[in-house]
Amino acid sequence: MAARKTTKQPNVAAEDLKRYYREMLLIRRFEEKAGQLYGMGLIGGFCHLYIGQEAVVVGLEAAAEEGDKRITSYRDHGHMLASGMDPDGVMAELTGREGGYSKGKGGSMHMFSREKHFYGGHGIVGAQVPIGAGLAFADRYKENGRVTFTYFGDGASNQGQVYETFNMAALWKLPVVFVIENNQYAMGTAQKRSTSTPELYTRGEAFGIPGEQVDGMDVLAVKEAGEKAVAHCRSGKGPYILEIKTYRYRGHSMSDPAKYRTREEVQKVREERDCIEHVRTLLLDGKHASEEDLKAIDKEIKQVVNDAAEFAKNSPEPALDELWTDIYAEAAPQNA
Amino acid sequence: MATEILMPALSPTMEEGTLSKWLVKEGDTVSAGDILAEIETDKATMEFEAVDEGILGKILIDEGSEGIKVNTPIAVMVEDGESVEDAAAEAKAPTTQPAAEKPAPQAKAADSAPPAPESDTSPDWPEGTTLKQQTVREALRDAMAEEMRRDEDVFLMGEEVAEYQGAYKISQGLLDEFGARRVVDTPITEHGFTGLAVGAAFGGLRPIVEFMTFNFAMQAMDQIVNSAAKTLYMSGGQMGAPIVFRGPNGAAARVAAQHSQDFAAWYMQIPGLKVAMPYSASDAKGLLKTAIRDPNPVIFLENEILYGRSFDVPDIEDYTVPFGKARIWREGDDVTIVSFGMGMSYALEAAEKLAKDGIEAEVIDLRTLRPMDTAAIIRSVQKTNRCVTVEEGWPQGSVGSYISSVLMQEAFDWLDAPVINCTGKDVPLPYAANLEKFALTSTDEVIEAVRKVTYK
Ligand SMILES: Cc1ncc(C[n+]2csc(CCOP(=O)(O)OP(=O)(O)O)c2C)c(N)n1
Ligand SMILES: [Mg+2]
Repeated sequence: MAARKTTKQPNVAAEDLKRYYREMLLIRRFEEKAGQLYGMGLIGGFCHLYIGQEAVVVGLEAAAEEGDKRITSYRDHGHMLASGMDPDGVMAELTGREGGYSKGKGGSMHMFSREKHFYGGHGIVGAQVPIGAGLAFADRYKENGRVTFTYFGDGASNQGQVYETFNMAALWKLPVVFVIENNQYAMGTAQKRSTSTPELYTRGEAFGIPGEQVDGMDVLAVKEAGEKAVAHCRSGKGPYILEIKTYRYRGHSMSDPAKYRTREEVQKVREERDCIEHVRTLLLDGKHASEEDLKAIDKEIKQVVNDAAEFAKNSPEPALDELWTDIYAEAAPQNA
Repeated sequence: MATEILMPALSPTMEEGTLSKWLVKEGDTVSAGDILAEIETDKATMEFEAVDEGILGKILIDEGSEGIKVNTPIAVMVEDGESVEDAAAEAKAPTTQPAAEKPAPQAKAADSAPPAPESDTSPDWPEGTTLKQQTVREALRDAMAEEMRRDEDVFLMGEEVAEYQGAYKISQGLLDEFGARRVVDTPITEHGFTGLAVGAAFGGLRPIVEFMTFNFAMQAMDQIVNSAAKTLYMSGGQMGAPIVFRGPNGAAARVAAQHSQDFAAWYMQIPGLKVAMPYSASDAKGLLKTAIRDPNPVIFLENEILYGRSFDVPDIEDYTVPFGKARIWREGDDVTIVSFGMGMSYALEAAEKLAKDGIEAEVIDLRTLRPMDTAAIIRSVQKTNRCVTVEEGWPQGSVGSYISSVLMQEAFDWLDAPVINCTGKDVPLPYAANLEKFALTSTDEVIEAVRKVTYK
């Protein structure tokens, strides 16, 4: 594949580059496998793949510190893997099994991990945005120096609650990075058909929130912008907006007639701007890794993903008793 | 090793489809992501992509074939140097056995509701307790102040709760005591601040969200139902929202349709929520303290008209009232009147008047609607054999209609008359004084209903 020309070698450690390569590749192979399991009828319902957008989460996770929080929409598999959640548990949730992160009761769109500070997985477009600001509100209340990454799409950026949230986040100087993953489509609606002004990073101007646009196919650019945004938040200056221009290769969900864009358009991005190819080229050109090294990584990732699929197939369906659990948390005993 | 390519399911409901077109031919080298074929379902034509790289060894299903079942092998992929014939013979479908079907467990109507404790008739405070007269307003304020002193993570947010001291003065004095960090004035942004409060709850705080009135919470319904109520379940128990949504609910006086609605029956329907609706000041205090400590989202429905009414409140340190335990205000053998919140004032007044005519009503205040102490209602009806329910909300899908159905299913043999539901009339609440009065339920209506069910 003809990746874009890289003129100069970036100032980044070979180990870091390899890590980004591995993490992006894990997401891509995982998603391909999920698509395959969907085709086999093992995954049902809505399943939104992240293929093409991998550099966004991998770049931002590289800018995060331990204890920082993240929250996103239903297109969440990549965010979970990048935050370090176990591929087995994610895949088993996709197949609706006991071993899934939500014991099979949440599915593709609804997974959570307190341990990895991943707050979901939200199926209502835009709903995660005030919730993300609320996580940041809690952190500011506790003065613990944490930052929350709140991801949402170009489509979601037209929801009213996003602006309600911008206002409060700026007013209260909440440590939240609003990450607009602009993959240029909301289902079948191209951004220009839904959005009066194309520059989403300026959407915070009315609230005094700084924003910038970032090449989301370049993991290093994403990381750099992420570091700047995080520093801004952590220094107590309030929220920051990153509009990350990216592209999804697959359909909106598994059932997508793909009639709203041309095959050539997709092919062109894949060939010229693919985020994984980009890092691959950097690794090879910079002599940070050999073809052999990369093959070894590919093989290792393939194994992880195959193991996850095996786990997800073999984990039993949840016991029927599970229907009635987790509706209410147990109240502490009354002391009256 | 050769692998079979199976007919994919391209939508949640797809069972079969038409293989309308092959975009590759036998012998072609394909890489992951290449479009292999077009598949047509009843909804649309969709492209089917290769998952792995390899050589298309053999096409098993010709293009144009209709009614191909999902998971039917449609082609065989081989690796470099592998013979197609051998491969075809060797390829076998991956095993994709769905887990065995099991019969669904029988769902009982009340199963998902939090367990109501065995109802007991013990009074809410020990004999000899000193009582003080307090308004509902003061009781609510005291409950919040006590809980905020007790737990640093509890905070109050809403419109006009801080500097203005509350639109209905419920938060009077709280800003002075707890400061702006814990008593937070919000912009007028119900959907946004409700979502933000849910996030704060996920993040380890215990928000009390005041809605200026519950009419405005309709704007926030999605965050209350989809985010607050369902997350514990969707996360397999990992993450819930300990949060209280409180504020005046139901008709105030002369504020017309948009500002006068009783949401008791709406919220009562949602698994994952708890719903409290106090009438007296002692219950307002004890239930609100319980609500703030509860690890689940609680809808706490107050009433503007009741705010200024005074009741006995026990002078006990840390007075709480458990959820799911009805209070029997008045014992009687002739009829059971069940109500909650503002409806209690009609129920109690009707019972007083009926007593003068020798009809003794047992009056039950449910106090919480979810969990609901249906056992207390049933026990009473087993004694009185008649029941009237009283609420301000609309008749269709009312709290009373739910109680009627519970009684029909669980106490049918004890009923001597059909249950009557006294509710608000089935109209938006009008402004004109006479129409407004007519639209709400009343003491007279309750008396009339009791006479009907007692045939007296
Ligand atoms: C409130 C709401 N409206 C509509 C939908 C249906 N829906 C799901 S995803 C989607 C498109 C969102 O696009 P975008 O925000 O750009 O995110 P992307 O899917 O591109 O990641 C729509 C309309 C929904 N889930 N929630
Ligand atoms: Mg989009």
